[in-house]
Amino acid sequence: MSTTMLGMPQRRGAVPTAPAGVGHLRGEESFPDAARHALSDTQLRANLGNATRTIRAKRARVVAELPDWEALREAGRQLKVHTMAHLPDYLVQLEQQVTARGGVVHWARDAAEANAIVTELVRATGSDEVVKIKSMATQETGLNEALEAAGIAAFETDLAELIVQLGHDKPSHILVPAIHRNRAEIREIFLREMGDVDPDLTDEPAVLAGAARLHLRRKFLSAKVAISGANFAVAETGTLGVVESEGNGRMCLTLPDTLITVMGIEKLVPRMRDLEVFLQLLPRSSTGERMNPYTSMWTGVTPGDGPQAFHLVLMDNGRTAVLSDDQGRDALNCIRCSACLNVCPVYERAGGHAYGSVYPGPIGAILSPQLTGVEDNASLPYASSLCGACYDACPVKIDIPSILVHLRAEHTEARAAERRLPGAEAAAMKAASWVMADPGRWTRALRGGRLGRVLGRRRGVIGELPLPVARQWGATRDLPQPPSQTFRDWWATHHQSAAPTRPEPTPTRPEPVEGQQP
Amino acid sequence: MSARSEILARIAAAHRTAPPPDLPYEAISRDYRSAADDSRGDHDQLVELLVDRLVDYKALVRRTDADGLADTVAAALADRGVHRLVRPSGLEGAWLAGYPHDQLADSRDQPLSVAELDGADGVITACAVAVAETGTLILDGSADQGRRAITLVPDYHLCVVRLDQVCADVPQAVARLDGVTEPITMISGPSATSDIELNRVEGVHGPRTLEVIIVR
Repeated sequence: MSTTMLGMPQRRGAVPTAPAGVGHLRGEESFPDAARHALSDTQLRANLGNATRTIRAKRARVVAELPDWEALREAGRQLKVHTMAHLPDYLVQLEQQVTARGGVVHWARDAAEANAIVTELVRATGSDEVVKIKSMATQETGLNEALEAAGIAAFETDLAELIVQLGHDKPSHILVPAIHRNRAEIREIFLREMGDVDPDLTDEPAVLAGAARLHLRRKFLSAKVAISGANFAVAETGTLGVVESEGNGRMCLTLPDTLITVMGIEKLVPRMRDLEVFLQLLPRSSTGERMNPYTSMWTGVTPGDGPQAFHLVLMDNGRTAVLSDDQGRDALNCIRCSACLNVCPVYERAGGHAYGSVYPGPIGAILSPQLTGVEDNASLPYASSLCGACYDACPVKIDIPSILVHLRAEHTEARAAERRLPGAEAAAMKAASWVMADPGRWTRALRGGRLGRVLGRRRGVIGELPLPVARQWGATRDLPQPPSQTFRDWWATHHQSAAPTRPEPTPTRPEPVEGQQP
Repeated sequence: MSARSEILARIAAAHRTAPPPDLPYEAISRDYRSAADDSRGDHDQLVELLVDRLVDYKALVRRTDADGLADTVAAALADRGVHRLVRPSGLEGAWLAGYPHDQLADSRDQPLSVAELDGADGVITACAVAVAETGTLILDGSADQGRRAITLVPDYHLCVVRLDQVCADVPQAVARLDGVTEPITMISGPSATSDIELNRVEGVHGPRTLEVIIVR
């Protein structure tokens, strides 16, 4: 259980979480507040609806092509479970292999340390600019801002990251950070921000992609330093892999003199053979393709081919804190495909920015609060209807709904420990328990519910509730107008002969109500 | 304490707090179609599947036999209008017997500059493995496939695939790559992006045209 102590890093068990004040794991406002802004943006909702509908259909089609999809998911899950259980061995093996093949391995406890290591490595090359491949790890650490503060310009080369960077915007999706932008908006950003763009640019996606090609080409051909993340690292051989579409990744991995890769410590697979599982699961789950256009794999330094200096930064930043929770640690098994975002009814409507963290959607709702400590992302475990679509879509079978419920409990317990309970919710539950424990009280309470008809007389439903306790709960929910007669009264009038009229024994304890935020 | 020892100590502490399940590597269930499974139809069917998948992801495909290879290569390069062609120095010379224009040989020892690659009209290579089910070509840096940059910077890539290089699916392909520590590039169609409204659009930073010659 985590507690809030200002000025001190949170801990889960003996292990510190990701520190505040650096990187992008925490939002500025709670999910409900941020989501309210997003929901009033009809353009955003239309863009997200379109994009997620498209990708859901593509994914369903290519997943259906494989007769052994469920077996692959189970293998993926077990591979991840096994790897997490043997993480120290595999990390050390990876380090040995990378070092033996000419790479240099660095370890970073948290985002600040990772940023400092990378900044120092770039400085040592004498370069004041870097090209970047889209990477969640460096988004998480806020590396671009750290480099900028050190006078180093970072150029994002993934098309969606470029759109976000040129638009002075924030990423809103794991795979397609500019998913919230449609083609017309992208055209406007390009016209406004690209110095060298053709003024007759249309909003055809192929034309927009062509503009990005021209804009970045000279940068690629002259870049001295590249920074990447990694989709996987093979402990057995020290091989790193990047899965991409556009070729910007290949440009960064191949043309510069120096390559710096920043990777979370959980991204390992034990052996080369295991890629046969993940190279099937990942592309089909993420872009809905049988295979993404380009996958690059490299092992240390290859004389005469590609960067002759290779640095690998292995970063913790709260991952070990996640590992110390036996009910939540499966969040580390995530392969960042984003299938759970695309199927989530909450994400589809609220969009990625509402989650605050760079990890949005269902996986973000379980990963971000665990990386930072639940109290720093306390509203995220509630950003779900618990419908379970994310669990079904997850290629490594992470039981996201169960972890959400677990984190809600952790949050509630943390608040109780701080004596902020009994709050309104606990008081209401206690009252309900007393009422439901006695049939007479229960019947009278139900009759009392008819008074609610007054509230719903205009629309036939009850919108916001007038009571202070219920207002928060009712703000996002419409209740049906109560009927003029309770079921019990109806039963009693229609079945007077059928004795006994006394109802079946009532439960002595109310069932807990899920989905409610205290 | 160094960051390395501290992170390893944190993992050990996490494992003490939440002991992980005991699941040995050998016990991981692999009930999916494995590399050894050969119930994937005969080889001709695999080649047809490969062609279907290549075309589906917008690659151009030509077919020929060993005797017709030089003519087919020449025809493809002529149709494309290639006058400055990059080739890895280990490529079989006979493949280019019918091609009359400039050849720029590249190797690790004598690499072309990035500017020279950028000024070329295209590149021709062999391949190591082709995956039918996904329409993927795999290059492993052998002398007839060359450095990674040569199949990246030119805007046109012509790739020659022999029948014995065609395998059924990803597990079979990964099995063939076992032990390779040279750089590996997997290519499925021309450069593309899904970043605009999540639709696939061909033609970003890599070669915008991928052409494959399958040799019987």
